[in-house]
Amino acid sequence: MWTLAVAVTLGAVIGCQSGEQHEPTLRIWAMGKEAEFLISRIHGIVLDGRRVEVQRIPWSAAHEKLLTAFVAGTLPDVIQMGSTWIPEFAAVGALHCTEVDEEVVQDIFPGAVAANLVDHRWCGTPWYVDTRVLFYRRDLLSRAGFSLPPRTWDDWRQAMRQIKQLGPQHYGLLLPLDDWHLLVALAFQAGADLLRDRDQYGNFQSPEFRRAFSFYVSLFHDGLAPFEGPGQVANVYQDFAAGLFTFYVTGPWNLGEFRRRLPAALQSEWATAVLPTPEVDSPSVSVMGGASLAITAASDKRAAARRLLQRLLSPDELVHLYHATGDLPARRSVWHRFSEHDPLRLAAFREQLEQARSTPKIPEWERIAGLLTRYTELVVRRQLAVDAALARLDEETDRVLAKRRWLLQRTPTRP
Amino acid sequence: MRRLILRHLPQLQPCVRCLRRLVLHGILFVGGAVVLAPLIWMCVASVMPEGEASQLPPRWWPSRPTVEHYAVLFSSLHLGRNFLNSLFLAAAATVLSLCFNSLAGYALAKLPFVGRDRVFAFLLALLVVPGQVGMLPLFLLLRSFGWVDTYWGVLVPSLASVFGIFLVHQYAQSIPDALLDAARVDGASELRVFWSVALPLCRPILVTLGVFTFLGTWNDFLWPLIVLSDSSKQTLPVALASLAAEHVQDTELMMASAVLTMLPAVLLFLVAQRAYVAGILSGALKF
Amino acid sequence: MHRTRTVAACVFLAPALAAIGAFFVGPVLAGLVLSLTDFDIYTIADSSNLRWVGLEQYQTLLRDPLFWQALQNTVTFVVVGGSLTILTALGAALAVWRAARTVQAFFRTVYFLPVVTTIVAAAVVWRAWYHPRVGLLNVALRWIGLPAIDWLGDPRWAMLAIVAFSVWKNFGFHMVIFLAALQSIPQRLYEAAAIDGATGWQQFRCVTLPMLRPALSFVVLITVIGSFQLFAEPYVMTQGGPANATLSLVLLMYRNGFQWWNVGYGAAVAWVLFALLVIATLTLRRLRARPGQ
Repeated sequence: MWTLAVAVTLGAVIGCQSGEQHEPTLRIWAMGKEAEFLISRIHGIVLDGRRVEVQRIPWSAAHEKLLTAFVAGTLPDVIQMGSTWIPEFAAVGALHCTEVDEEVVQDIFPGAVAANLVDHRWCGTPWYVDTRVLFYRRDLLSRAGFSLPPRTWDDWRQAMRQIKQLGPQHYGLLLPLDDWHLLVALAFQAGADLLRDRDQYGNFQSPEFRRAFSFYVSLFHDGLAPFEGPGQVANVYQDFAAGLFTFYVTGPWNLGEFRRRLPAALQSEWATAVLPTPEVDSPSVSVMGGASLAITAASDKRAAARRLLQRLLSPDELVHLYHATGDLPARRSVWHRFSEHDPLRLAAFREQLEQARSTPKIPEWERIAGLLTRYTELVVRRQLAVDAALARLDEETDRVLAKRRWLLQRTPTRP
Repeated sequence: MRRLILRHLPQLQPCVRCLRRLVLHGILFVGGAVVLAPLIWMCVASVMPEGEASQLPPRWWPSRPTVEHYAVLFSSLHLGRNFLNSLFLAAAATVLSLCFNSLAGYALAKLPFVGRDRVFAFLLALLVVPGQVGMLPLFLLLRSFGWVDTYWGVLVPSLASVFGIFLVHQYAQSIPDALLDAARVDGASELRVFWSVALPLCRPILVTLGVFTFLGTWNDFLWPLIVLSDSSKQTLPVALASLAAEHVQDTELMMASAVLTMLPAVLLFLVAQRAYVAGILSGALKF
Repeated sequence: MHRTRTVAACVFLAPALAAIGAFFVGPVLAGLVLSLTDFDIYTIADSSNLRWVGLEQYQTLLRDPLFWQALQNTVTFVVVGGSLTILTALGAALAVWRAARTVQAFFRTVYFLPVVTTIVAAAVVWRAWYHPRVGLLNVALRWIGLPAIDWLGDPRWAMLAIVAFSVWKNFGFHMVIFLAALQSIPQRLYEAAAIDGATGWQQFRCVTLPMLRPALSFVVLITVIGSFQLFAEPYVMTQGGPANATLSLVLLMYRNGFQWWNVGYGAAVAWVLFALLVIATLTLRRLRARPGQ
């Protein structure tokens, strides 16, 4: 009896290892809604004699999952990858990088091109782009005495002060504490470089960054943004509909959610605008986000993988993607085919995307972004003063970049 | 008044005692309700229609019981696959650990050899070392074997456990040497003595160890989270954790998956309660 | 005869010792070596990027405010969570012990049930109860007229929320041990105490408590060892937030090691955790060895 159980177990363990993965498959990993889209469009189709197999990984743990899979050597052939992660995975040799195709590059938003170019080589193809713009309630804004969305930081602050006067259950802005995007966008607008000396040191004590940081923190300290931790946002859509806040800085994925989840009476009352800027004439810069499709260095099915990319990046598929998920295609030539769907709101995104910049293209960026979130939260919660926080931010960033400095010293030609 | 009470004290005493008992049992019942409340609410919420579990004022009964969330778990979220993974891994870990630990525990208890006490003391000292200390190097080791993202990789740390060896050792010590010697005189090999004489006598502790290992593997989180990246290989708790991160708003769906995750463990415990508790106690009282 | 048994012992022990050696002791020691290097994601890409850095990781660790915060959180969890768990367990054991025979087994099972629930699943349930607006805890607070608390979103409350969850989850385990110890106390000790005129409290202090000492010291030991390994609760409920108020040492190790692949640093965190546990265990053992009053 026991012998049998042991034999069966061992047999099963060994059998399970060897029985799989012999079918010629082309594996692709994707996140969230895009994974669902891919499952419905391409899961199971056959390309170059390979059956396409889509696997879904959750956004919340995507970065660590991909990195772990790289370490373990279990990355699939194609990955959907946040475009800010491309430099990191390229630097460690996880991606298959190719020569730049000028024709493709012309068509894609400049910020997205920059994010995918590593060492002048093309390490991922931008699939869809996103950036954060200002979502606002037109009715509340006009009740506060403004007919147009704010153009400058001062206008914005003024508008939020007026909105707070409308009543105790009205705040200016919803700003989750665990999101660094608006802070970095404001820093870009103020002309700050986050790092210096070929991205070897933190540069957070620069006057430009300090200006953006102080403005950002003051939104909380002046009571314009309700104080919220990650668990606190009960339901963004209900709160926005109830007028708890008038402004919300968020991305294109919320266009569809707002259309679907806000009550019908509000549908004509919400709009989008580009982010306010420090000066009237300074350009409104935001952070380039979105995702690319990348072929892994370990893949031995590159021809099939390229075919898959071609297909997914074709205009028809991109329009499908927009209608299924609300994702904005990275190729500008496709935009006229869907922009009439929501022309005014998409226009703000189009304008913002043309000006969007990518975050520093170094493997350590995700860690530095974590530091940024942490010190911002400490200042917002008044546990640390601005100057002390920025000094410590620089100090810790320098420590994170120590290995990078050593590597650059050893091989000065590397980025 | 005081005198009155004093005079009647002998008669009153049983009443005081009975009142005390009443209060004690009342406290026990309230405590039990508090302990069970999250679990009961979980079960009830899992059959509520969407949105009802986060309604105000809260409901303790669904307006219309439904199993739609369970259906979603098995159909579009493919949790059935994860369920089978967990089941398989827990069963495999149980069998493997029974083999490894019973052999070692028996040898340490009943077979004399030089340095036995030192080996045993060393193993006991290992009980203090948290498993996490070796996790990073272990992962790198498995990577070089190509075992990351395989079931083997998950099972490897549970092949042999110090606690398991300890359990079997404590129990096997009570086997009379005369029984073993009798078998040896009859010409049985050492393996035969172990298999046919010692093992049947150790049955109770093996059941305990089996239940322990099964539950421990079923409920384990950190190691399978690290080792398994392919979602079709993941265990139920790992799949649940990633669902919980994505479906924060869908309380009912989360509760259904929590029920699914807990149910086998709770059922096994209810069935094998005696063996499980015995295991804890033999660990606790002899340590 | 003796030789064959020695050979058999070696053969029987070999698989288990090999497994423990290769997959536990070996990696633990390798972790010490790794913590003296700057092994990271660059090293995985190209092994020539590995440097021997001596104790630098540990120095960095001591300067890292996040490490101190994780240490403080973990110690808070061990001390506050541990003592609350033990006290609850002791109270529950005394109550069940005094209860009628017929219901003893029932309550033991009920109180033990949370122990066998899957921690991730239970954390998901509790997270729903902790919801600031619709969570049942805040509904109850509002009902008795107290202000609602943002359990998992407020740095002042988040660790307490995790402590409460872990008390619920773990006290049954210790209760069973206490209960067995209580049941093994000979009844005649109480009879003798009663003859000497000892009150209930005196009986508890002079009979029950001394007889519980061995069980108590065991429970303290496993509570300390278990609590230092806090991970799944914050991972599922708060991801270490808000403002890192629930970041534990193991979570810090996980983030550095398995999220950023900053392996050298992660290994250093793991070894500090190990050292702390050894110190705690030795201290406890010394306390236990001291003759009771």
